[in-house]
Amino acid sequence: MEYEEAKQKILEELTKKLKSKSKFYFNDLAKIIETKPRDAKKIVNKMVEEGALEYWSSGSTSMYGMPGTGKQAHTEGED
Amino acid sequence: MAKHETPMLDQLESGPWPSFVSDLKQQAEKRAKNKEGIEFQIPTDVVEDLLGILELSFKHGRTHWKHGGIVGVFGYGGGVIGRYCDQPQAFPGVAHFHTMRIAQPGGKFYTTAFLRQLCDLWDLRGSGITNMHGSTGDVILLGTTTPQLEEIFFELTHKMNQDLGGSGSNLRTPADCIGQARCEYACYDTQDLCYDLTQEYQDELHRPAFPYKFKFKFDGCPNCCVASIARSDLSFIGTWKDDIKIDQEAVQAYIGGELKPNAGAHSSRDWGKFDIQKEVIGRCPTECMAMDGNTLKINNRECTRCMHCINVMPRALRIGDERGLSIFAGAKAPILDGAQMGTLVVPFIEAEAPYTKIKETVIEPLWDWWMEEGKNRERMGELMKRQGLQRVIEVLGVDPDPRMVQEPRSNPYIFWKEDEVEGGFERDINEFRKYHQR
Repeated sequence: MEYEEAKQKILEELTKKLKSKSKFYFNDLAKIIETKPRDAKKIVNKMVEEGALEYWSSGSTSMYGMPGTGKQAHTEGED
Repeated sequence: MAKHETPMLDQLESGPWPSFVSDLKQQAEKRAKNKEGIEFQIPTDVVEDLLGILELSFKHGRTHWKHGGIVGVFGYGGGVIGRYCDQPQAFPGVAHFHTMRIAQPGGKFYTTAFLRQLCDLWDLRGSGITNMHGSTGDVILLGTTTPQLEEIFFELTHKMNQDLGGSGSNLRTPADCIGQARCEYACYDTQDLCYDLTQEYQDELHRPAFPYKFKFKFDGCPNCCVASIARSDLSFIGTWKDDIKIDQEAVQAYIGGELKPNAGAHSSRDWGKFDIQKEVIGRCPTECMAMDGNTLKINNRECTRCMHCINVMPRALRIGDERGLSIFAGAKAPILDGAQMGTLVVPFIEAEAPYTKIKETVIEPLWDWWMEEGKNRERMGELMKRQGLQRVIEVLGVDPDPRMVQEPRSNPYIFWKEDEVEGGFERDINEFRKYHQR
């Protein structure tokens, strides 16, 4: 899958789900673009680099979200 | 006069043990006096507010830290753990109180100059509170604000040649024992392998894409000083294939009392005359040792590398010459299913740079399997348990080995598949009924 197509697909899907959740596991993203984890990682990394996605970490678990979304980003004054 | 009253924390100082509360109070006072004239880049009273919010947590019986956060340095998905408190008005000094994990040098060897540089940086741009070392082994710097993160990262990487460690669903900072740098038991160069894999797997260390955390730890010998067998998803433990080397003269010197057992480690008390039968031979778990007159004999085929005899008589007994390592997979602390020790998956593999065989035939196949089939927040040890050791063996492409069996008859992981059995699983029921009634 081409990068731009994969990016659109991820962003669309994440936007659709925004009402119920704002943070996603890496595997959720890989499933959206129906790609093996190693290839999905290249796409997700590039999206983070471009600022289309951002990391969220509890310290033990990492998740991904769109910048400025979710309750926490709001309360931390980072949106 | 302290900024916040902390009667419950004060009580913690009254016991016989050193107290972290006293340490924090000392640090709070040091920052308040600031004799060195440091231009603190985060609130001066950060430590006082930390004590204050901890007292409040004790009072309420619940935490006042929020769960996780969106902080990091550019391009890294680990190494920084966002911590925000939910009482920023009352405790502004800890409104942001992020943790930074710094990769520890191999074997935790560092110079005092490095330590000073690290502490100076943390006094200037952080709270000055450190945790040396966290359980993964990293240098943990506790408490800074978001604007300081990139500054600290720049100083660390450009001036101190040091990187952030791992956190989150990443490869965590690999940890090793001092190895051949100081220890004659080390069967391979732990620091070289640790450093090599750290460099090789930078992407896995800094950009999270695993289902959950993943830890490498390296022990040079089965004494397991780093406890890799209990604490790492992939544990590398040095071992040897040939015989334990025996110096019979030195054995006699231990028996005669000229050499102290355990290199004198237990000499603070009089344990009586050294008794080789009781203290070494009788303690061998496989009973593979015996004295034949004045000669110590070892049946090396039965030796399980428990290290006891070598530890007691290090001048007389030495590790063999045909050295390498064993690999154990799947250890973890309890969250699901309780704690697990590592399972032996590779009984022996040579450990020579560039370690291609270790990377390509063990680490990467295991990762590919776990990344594809592991559930979110499922450790590799849990996946191994869920799918069975037989699946692990398939993934690694190795033959089952009796040494992989934890205890006889307790983990029968070998199940025949139809194509491996002559005639398959189909049978002629009429033929069967000739001999067996319904």
